[in-house]
Amino acid sequence: MSATSMETPRQTTVAGAAPAAPFDRKPLTKKDLAADQPTWCPGCGDFSVLALYFKLIEKRKLWHERITTVAGIGCSSRFPYFVQGHGVHFIHGRALPFASGVSLARPDLHVFAFGGDGDAFSIGGNHFNHTARKNIKMTYVVMDNWVYGLTKKQTSPTSPIGFKSKTDQWGALDRPINPMKQAISAGATFVARTTHTNPSHVLQMMEAAMDHDGFSFIECLSECVEFYEGAFDASNPRKGGAFNLVPEDHDVTNEMAAYKLADVGFPGHFGVFYKSSQPTKNANEAKVSAKLREKVAGLKDWQILQKNFDLLK
Amino acid sequence: MNEAVEAAPSADSGGKTKKLTEAVIRIAGNSQDGIQAIGGFLARLAGRSEQEVMTFMTIPSTISGGPSIFQVRIGTGEVLSAGDEADVLLAFYQHSYENHIASLKPGGIVLFDSDHVEPKPEFEKNYRHVGVPISSLTVEAIGGTARDKGKNIFTLGLVAKTFHLDVPKLTKLIGERFAGKQESILNNALTAFHAGYGYSLGDLLETFAFAESQKRDGTQVVMNGNEALAFGLITAGVRFGAGYPITPWSDVMEILRRELPKYGGMFIQCEDEIASVSMALGASYAGRVAVTGSSGPGISLKTEAIGWAVMGEIPLIICDIQRGGPSTGLPTNVEQSDLNIAVGGGHGDSPRVVVAASDVEDCFYTAIEAVNIARKYSVPVFILSDQAIATRIEAFAEPKLETLFQDISPDLSPVPTHKPYDLTVADGVTRHVAPGTRIESGKYPIVTGLEHDEMGHPTGSPKLHVQMVAKRRRKLQTLASTIEIPKVYGGDEGKVLLVGWGSTKGPIREAVDRARAAGDSVSSLHIRHINPLPNGLETIFKKFTHVLVVEMNDEGLYGSGQFATILRARYCDPKIRSITKTDGLTFKIREILERAAPYVQGEAANV
Ligand SMILES: Cc1ncc(C[n+]2csc(CCOP(=O)(O)OP(=O)(O)O)c2C)c(N)n1
Ligand code: SF4
Ligand SMILES: [Mg+2]
Repeated sequence: MSATSMETPRQTTVAGAAPAAPFDRKPLTKKDLAADQPTWCPGCGDFSVLALYFKLIEKRKLWHERITTVAGIGCSSRFPYFVQGHGVHFIHGRALPFASGVSLARPDLHVFAFGGDGDAFSIGGNHFNHTARKNIKMTYVVMDNWVYGLTKKQTSPTSPIGFKSKTDQWGALDRPINPMKQAISAGATFVARTTHTNPSHVLQMMEAAMDHDGFSFIECLSECVEFYEGAFDASNPRKGGAFNLVPEDHDVTNEMAAYKLADVGFPGHFGVFYKSSQPTKNANEAKVSAKLREKVAGLKDWQILQKNFDLLK
Repeated sequence: MNEAVEAAPSADSGGKTKKLTEAVIRIAGNSQDGIQAIGGFLARLAGRSEQEVMTFMTIPSTISGGPSIFQVRIGTGEVLSAGDEADVLLAFYQHSYENHIASLKPGGIVLFDSDHVEPKPEFEKNYRHVGVPISSLTVEAIGGTARDKGKNIFTLGLVAKTFHLDVPKLTKLIGERFAGKQESILNNALTAFHAGYGYSLGDLLETFAFAESQKRDGTQVVMNGNEALAFGLITAGVRFGAGYPITPWSDVMEILRRELPKYGGMFIQCEDEIASVSMALGASYAGRVAVTGSSGPGISLKTEAIGWAVMGEIPLIICDIQRGGPSTGLPTNVEQSDLNIAVGGGHGDSPRVVVAASDVEDCFYTAIEAVNIARKYSVPVFILSDQAIATRIEAFAEPKLETLFQDISPDLSPVPTHKPYDLTVADGVTRHVAPGTRIESGKYPIVTGLEHDEMGHPTGSPKLHVQMVAKRRRKLQTLASTIEIPKVYGGDEGKVLLVGWGSTKGPIREAVDRARAAGDSVSSLHIRHINPLPNGLETIFKKFTHVLVVEMNDEGLYGSGQFATILRARYCDPKIRSITKTDGLTFKIREILERAAPYVQGEAANV
């Protein structure tokens, strides 16, 4: 949802109209937004994602009644409990279809979905592909820690080969998924990469994602200090690593260039890899509806069905 | 054919005209012959003539065609089933003739395409044979090869003549059916129809006419169960759905996909059934009860998310158009074997509501009831239908849409405070407050699948789990106390009570009628609310010596079908027993009577 559209009066189709909200309120602050004390391990990367989500809400004046926070299952997916706002903790791997239902039914809300790498790319892998290709309007942040945190250190679909987990005690054997490539090839219209160790960059990516009209996906490296300590050191200048921004001359509308960028080995690049303007599923469905509604203009709902019934006599 | 009036002379046919109260016509051919269309025209005509009608069809599960039948029973009185035996068989091919002649009543009429069918002497003894060169006459009338197209409409003309059907009404129906198509197509259809109608059967056959209908007045609508279900959901106010195609559920999603945008809504085809139920839940959470549905294996895939809906207390409609199972099973046959998964499918204690529609008309009203229960109790509701109701066509009194239509848009006005899982409510019924609602206290609800406290925040407290489990159960107990006890059909007391649910209602009632006409003490009770059950059924059961639960599923390891098992568990009454079957076909009246006979005759031990 763009900054301007946030200010326009709310309208809903499927779910009915919402009363207009007052706009002269003060922005929500961290105090208004913090709910339960996060249960994450001290030092977990997920803390910074949460802090920056609060910042985003404050900076962009997102009222409680304008947003919904949805997650699946995992350490990262406990996110909604820590946000004071309408939130959903759904089932493992299915946050995206759930979020899609909210998004399609309620154009007045911006849906933010959060989850882990297992949630997104293993059990929810197919939903990721289809939500991306349908370009359902929402922002999806995957907190990628290359491991299953909640279930205590099993191999995840993004674990690198050789990672010693409880399910691959000799080291992971299967080639990991590259989330950037996955998103680009699935047809996501906004694909970005960031890391929890660079807060201002996380916020920047979240803002850009929110402003994108379509399915906006961010892979945020988020270290699991408990089960995969040091996984992302090579991307953290404070640990002697390198934080490389997407090169300035990179054409974000060029799918092939984005794919090439995604192919660069770790730590790779950070920033927007790909962005294209495609009609959203939300808009496409609204268009179908508008066209069909022309034919029934002036009729009450019951009269529309009555026309069907008259043909069934 | 039930003949009401003595034979009366008829001027135009030269032969005699018999008055009928009802007739069963079975049309047998290949699926690409358009025999469904003949059946559809007949059913629709019956509806417009205020007659009762019921149809039954089989379609091959392969797309490229294959043997197929359509049976239509038209009556001026109450028509409860598609009929055990046919009065007239229309046979297009040798295989149609040979495979279906046994479905005729002794002395029944077989009208066959003499271009394709060679009558057999052993059949000619028992049935009246009338051969008409349907294929070549169709070619003669409209040209072309007539292999696939046109002969169905020719045959319709033939049937119209034989049964003195209302020609202006029929030609109007043909006109409506081909409206929007090329004019030549409509002209060909009408030419074929008149050629069939004009064909002289000479003295080969007397003609028949239906007696004046004694049916209720008012207009009727004619549709199949899937249409009725989809239209019921729209009437109830549902504007969002999500699904994945599977037979026989697909029709429902196709209709909703086509219709919902007209109301500003939408139906989304998802990547699978898990996504479908999740998306529908998302839309329900967003404030307006949404629908998902499936058949067979698709229902299995939805169970985890349905458990979430129970836990999160989010309303949802799940349509289960049952087919034979398990696994891919019998995709185009009927079975009532999903009762267990509907009532208890999923891990954990997850009470949900299950309502079973008992005929086409009931699909429409069950949809409305289910939506209202889901909203009121914030609970997922299964609507059980099945392949038989889904595909059969019935005529029923036109629903008064203007009064029935519901506006169920969410109320998003601000609330001072909100506890999604308030434990102080005695009946356990709490309301879902949709996102977008401003909560003035600043304390917002989390909807969750983890066991939670009153605000939806996770808890490991044993006490809270006990309380929340009880809350979710209590809601259904509250609902149960509002459900009316169904009425007994037949006598209020006696020897045998046949208990049914779902699509077996018609055949069971007809069995009761037949048994009582023969002086036997048989009644029936049809139960629509499967979970929770209405309270007080025991007062009915008490008045009968035997309670026989008639259902289309297996008798199980311990000798009772799925519903019988539930009733036995609830009432601990050994006189509750099962009549089950698993041949993938609807119950014949005869089958029910034969299976009940030992109890009716008193040979079976009383308990
Ligand atoms: C259907 C189902 N299968 C398995 C689980 C157990 N489970 C919960 S979270 C999880 C993996 C979490 O990994 P990830 O998505 O990467 O999140 P993280 O904890 O690392 O943030 C698993 C396997 C579950 N809750 N549901
Ligand atoms: S286990 Fe890992 S991912 Fe989970 S909270 Fe602890 S550090 Fe974070
Ligand atoms: Mg993980």
